[in-house]
Amino acid sequence: MSLGRRLAIIGGFVGAGVLGVGFWFARERDRLGDRRLFNLKPDEAGLNGWVKIGRDDSVTVAIPRAEMGQGVQTALAMLVAEELDARWDQIRVEEPPESVVYRNVDILIDSLPFSPEESGSVVEAAHWIAGKLGGVLGVNATGGSTSVRDAWLPMRTAGAVARDLLLRAASRKAGLPVTDLAIVDGEVRKRDGAKVATFGALVDSVEGLAERPPPPLKKPAEFKLIGKPLPRLDILAKVTGRATFGIDVRQPGLLYAAVRNSPTFGGEALGFTLKQGKLPKGIEKVVIVPGGIAAVGTSWWKAERFLDEGVEVKWQPGPAPGLDTPGLWKRYEDLLENGEPALTRTLGTVVTTTSDRQQTLTAAYRAPYLAHTTLEPMNCTARVGPTGVEVWMPNQSPTLMRLAAARTAGVPQDRVSVHTTFLGGGFGRRAEVDLVRQAVSCALVLPERPVQVLWSREEDIRHDCYRPMALARWRAVLEMAGDKPKLVSVAKRQVAQSPSEQFPVRTVGLPAQKQPEGNAVENPPYAFPHYQLDAMVADGVVPVGFWRSVGHSHTAFFDESFIDELASALKKDPFDLRRDLLVGRPRHLKVLETAAREAGWGTPLPPGSGRGIALRASFGSIVAQVAEVSVPDGRSIAVKRVTCAIDCGPVVNPAIVRAQMESGIIYGLSAALFGEITLTNGRVEQGNFPDYDAVRLAEAPVMAVHLVDSGATDIGGVGEPGTPPIAPAVANAIFAATGKRLRSLPLRMADG
Amino acid sequence: MISLSVNGQVHEIDVEPDKPLLWVLREDLNVVGPKFGCGVSACGACTVHVERSAVRSCSFAVADAVGKTVVTIEGLSQDGQLHAVQRAWIENQVPQCGYCQPGFIMATVALLRENPKPSDTDIDDALSNICRCGTYSAIRRAVHRAAAILGGAP
Repeated sequence: MSLGRRLAIIGGFVGAGVLGVGFWFARERDRLGDRRLFNLKPDEAGLNGWVKIGRDDSVTVAIPRAEMGQGVQTALAMLVAEELDARWDQIRVEEPPESVVYRNVDILIDSLPFSPEESGSVVEAAHWIAGKLGGVLGVNATGGSTSVRDAWLPMRTAGAVARDLLLRAASRKAGLPVTDLAIVDGEVRKRDGAKVATFGALVDSVEGLAERPPPPLKKPAEFKLIGKPLPRLDILAKVTGRATFGIDVRQPGLLYAAVRNSPTFGGEALGFTLKQGKLPKGIEKVVIVPGGIAAVGTSWWKAERFLDEGVEVKWQPGPAPGLDTPGLWKRYEDLLENGEPALTRTLGTVVTTTSDRQQTLTAAYRAPYLAHTTLEPMNCTARVGPTGVEVWMPNQSPTLMRLAAARTAGVPQDRVSVHTTFLGGGFGRRAEVDLVRQAVSCALVLPERPVQVLWSREEDIRHDCYRPMALARWRAVLEMAGDKPKLVSVAKRQVAQSPSEQFPVRTVGLPAQKQPEGNAVENPPYAFPHYQLDAMVADGVVPVGFWRSVGHSHTAFFDESFIDELASALKKDPFDLRRDLLVGRPRHLKVLETAAREAGWGTPLPPGSGRGIALRASFGSIVAQVAEVSVPDGRSIAVKRVTCAIDCGPVVNPAIVRAQMESGIIYGLSAALFGEITLTNGRVEQGNFPDYDAVRLAEAPVMAVHLVDSGATDIGGVGEPGTPPIAPAVANAIFAATGKRLRSLPLRMADG
Repeated sequence: MISLSVNGQVHEIDVEPDKPLLWVLREDLNVVGPKFGCGVSACGACTVHVERSAVRSCSFAVADAVGKTVVTIEGLSQDGQLHAVQRAWIENQVPQCGYCQPGFIMATVALLRENPKPSDTDIDDALSNICRCGTYSAIRRAVHRAAAILGGAP
């Protein structure tokens, strides 16, 4: 079954919610993998698909996920090292070959359009089917904060199986009963501590040993490495300049390509003329590529300049060349009033009240389009030769890159190999296939020459797949009980384009499924007497994609700002109201209370300063943040301090969890303070950091991260959950500091 | 032909004099530690030293480096010993994606040469580079630590 067909099934299944159709499933294949699978070199022995040992005593762990800064190489290697009882300094990591063994099952389950707390037979059946589909389909992707969640059992199992195999090998070699042996600090020892064999000495001894069922995994109390802040494996390369990012790929005969994409979304280059009548020295070809035009030559810098000065391009405009941001907001407002919801959800029971003392509280919030601006601009290197296509690329899904490369080159997928380099940031942008299509298109006309396509920062910002702009209107009904207002019901209508609708269409060509993006419609954790959600999906030619925390990034702002407004209306402290509404949510409550306590909630601050709190559960983890903000002159916003609490279940590496929380906060803060992509005449107005800025050292708050242990055994993600709460925490702090309620992102005092 | 000294080695190269130093390093000399991030001197990923001072090499014509010494992240270690700033970066586990770090490290080395004990405000002013992973608090700790290592006192 082709990948397109497989994804079509998922798309159809997810989109239409078809659960009763009798799919045929292959038996879920073993995720352990064959001993010969993992790139074995002469001095190495494979123990299963995830682990091999070398004569130099090294243990190499397969890391099929993209290292984009989130520490995935380190965290995944720790899972194997723990069960294998390896020493941390023995551990190496390596990208494994393409295989279904390395699929990411969790990312499919996460893509289902349910709120995480929903249960019942329909949801369970959907999870089961997605798990089975994941098993058969084998999509290798890094995203959705799923990597550790997905690997938690299979990679620990791989470590345990490897340990069992090495013990049996040592037993056979030394003629000792296996029950007398143990692995301690990365070598096989007798129970009395005497050394029996190093791993390196067992390279030739595993051959011929039978497969056995996996031994039981360690209990958390037995963990020696998991839970410790072990040093990251990628640091040395990254402080010496030796880490190879996509832009650093150097293959013999390498050519560089610069690109101009269609000024309007969805447009194409129809043709071009050379202003000088011929190509200048150093430029070898001008190539029309999907979405634009590329100049290929011996210098990227020269190719860039040539595109600016030497080529006239005839463009076929996209379908909406007149698009502008004010017009889009008008359409969104119309949809908010009159649109047909693609999803409606109701929780609680309607309370009919006879009181004539009802009040309505209404507030509308806006979030703009956002670009990702990974610091490494978008790039891909490809070579087309007689045997197939080779791709080197910082990417978040080798499976999708392979499919796109194969289709562009017109070859079967097994003729494409994809090498994933370090990613200079990913944030969701590098799951897209636009760059691989352009690189392969260039390589096709220059056979046997590797071509490195690199976009300028301007191309990156103007041709992103953006975080959707979104509009929401919350409405609460209150009634007066005596002199105290009481909450009767809340309802939200929300409008946004849907990355879940667009992504499968543009990456694999599936038919569009009109559905809101799942993260955008997750329910708030609060026990409202009655809650109704109407989610409208906006059409649009503006490409929207997965931006760190996806729909949570705007919905958390809408929901957590409104809770604060509700607190004002109910004359309650924002922290107290949240606490009151977290009925039956002990984990959320503990996280909220930890953040508040550690931030000194309620203690006095200087005039012009304030604290704001926000809570959001996402990707299996619960995060609360308290921002301390000062608005000294009534105009400029300074975020002084952020206190963050997270419950992500079992913690693999606490140093990485803390780093990811800080990272998510800064990423979200850049957006909250500066991030705004606007359109005029169908074009993005921003182009580089001077007009699409990011938080720098001078604006970075002091941050404190607290890990909350609730005893939960389900493991949560950490790459994204730090981002959603920061914008509402800052907006709520601004209200506390100034009395001004800012309901649009980015936060600007002039809007108040 | 122009003559360029990079990391202690002199290269004779045939390039346009207005080609930015960044692209000469990356394309003509295969020195890829300095990174391209914006091309307009806004993000600092391309920071290298020219005559021991930090410059943003994406906006620095190669002609202006002729006759001067250029040092990149690759040339920072001496005799196989990591520079104190690199050691402080490792101690504090600073990098996440790592793409901006060569620029931050080179800017920090130059800062500490001019100002061996910078205050937080000095650091804010001197290190205006962008890190999209948000490693700023680790960077701040590492700069202070490097100052302590170099000064022999905390």
